[in-house]
Amino acid sequence: MITIIDYNTGNLGSIKNMLKRLGKASQITNDINLIENSDKLILPGVGHFDYGMQQLNKSGLIPILNKKVLIDKIPILGICLGVQLLTEDSEEGVEKGLGWIKGKTILFDKSKLASNQKIPNMGWADIKNYQQSKLFDNMFEEPRFYFVHSYHLSLENVGDSLVTSTYGYDFSAGIEHDNILGVQFHPEKSHKYGMKLLENFANNY
Amino acid sequence: MGSNSTTINRGLTKRIIPCLDIKDGRTVKGTNFVALRDAGDPIELATLYAKEGADELVFLDITATHEKRKTLSELVNRISQHINIPFTVGGGISSVEDVSALLANGADKISINSAAYKNPALINQLAKEFGSQCIVLAIDTKKEADGEWYVYLNGGRVKTDTRCIDWAVSAVNNGAGEILLTSMNNDGTKQGFALDINKTLSSLLSVPVIASGGGGSLEHFKDVFNIAEADAALAASIFHFNEIEIKDLKRYLHANNISVRL
Repeated sequence: MITIIDYNTGNLGSIKNMLKRLGKASQITNDINLIENSDKLILPGVGHFDYGMQQLNKSGLIPILNKKVLIDKIPILGICLGVQLLTEDSEEGVEKGLGWIKGKTILFDKSKLASNQKIPNMGWADIKNYQQSKLFDNMFEEPRFYFVHSYHLSLENVGDSLVTSTYGYDFSAGIEHDNILGVQFHPEKSHKYGMKLLENFANNY
Repeated sequence: MGSNSTTINRGLTKRIIPCLDIKDGRTVKGTNFVALRDAGDPIELATLYAKEGADELVFLDITATHEKRKTLSELVNRISQHINIPFTVGGGISSVEDVSALLANGADKISINSAAYKNPALINQLAKEFGSQCIVLAIDTKKEADGEWYVYLNGGRVKTDTRCIDWAVSAVNNGAGEILLTSMNNDGTKQGFALDINKTLSSLLSVPVIASGGGGSLEHFKDVFNIAEADAALAASIFHFNEIEIKDLKRYLHANNISVRL
């Protein structure tokens, strides 16, 4: 069972619906027992980094998440804010992140953006450097994904970067480190490309 | 036409957004799709657009009854179960509670219009609560004899003395994450988008501008992206009546060196 972690942020229904369309069972829950019995986790999220971490702290789920991800090593996919929360901290706030991935979340560097490049980076963009992952098995040609974000990953280990995209400059748009995966874009809103990615997460990990 | 505006790789594609008018859970304008079993079913039409390559969808609810809030939430819930691209919901939204219900049911963004003008603090409240990325400010604007663009309210029935530029700038400062700009002079004419005001806002504002009103030919879309530098273009009846197919439009834009998702 894939568990979509409910910690009171964002719209979780569309992820569940897309998995359902793929014929994959999933549940949206904050129940510790259900999380304990999950094979895979999805950490979604939209909004402010501090709000996200505060909600996670308030949910009381961090110990079970640490256990499932770091000890049991079940696959987890962070989406959007969800992938940023996996890092150590963010320029968006003062809260500590989950810290499972070495690195931080930083604001787009305005000095490297063209004058007509706006923040947030919002819309459909293509991605690069993704060939080697099972998450992109049989991906369609020239995949495009839907992004909405003002902050992006800044990883300590380049090897953790799963995929990059370009907005003014190249930035890491996702991570893969052992069982810990995450993407900055929204696969649940990225048409057939996102469906394929979710299907790969469900099937290949 | 300078080459710069088309050759800079912004990393993002230009977006094509069909708009569906909804009343009591049904699309109100007719459509010309023989493939649809039920031309009034917003889900069926939306699914078709998503399949054809629409980048986002806008659902504008014009229901005026007390049941509105409930029917709209139910519809949004159904839409989110079937659509795998982002969608915005607008029409009569005036409170944090309205927005909360729509987002909880699966809307990605909401659009506000007259209510935000009458109560500008609303934009800030919504941005704080839900994030600017899901707050689209819709502006209906009309160019008057003095050459200025003014803000109109209540579906274009009420004129204000506020210049479109001033309202857009203040709304963005308050937290609006995107501007949906409808030119009343151009809307329904199929004679092209209002390039001047779209260009003014696109170059002035730090958030994306969705151009609406007047798109009638492939060239009009090319112009609104190349000349007015809009981030997205919205249209309704030309898509509903199949005068322009989204697939063809995107191929055309691509052939004209405009970055689109094919």
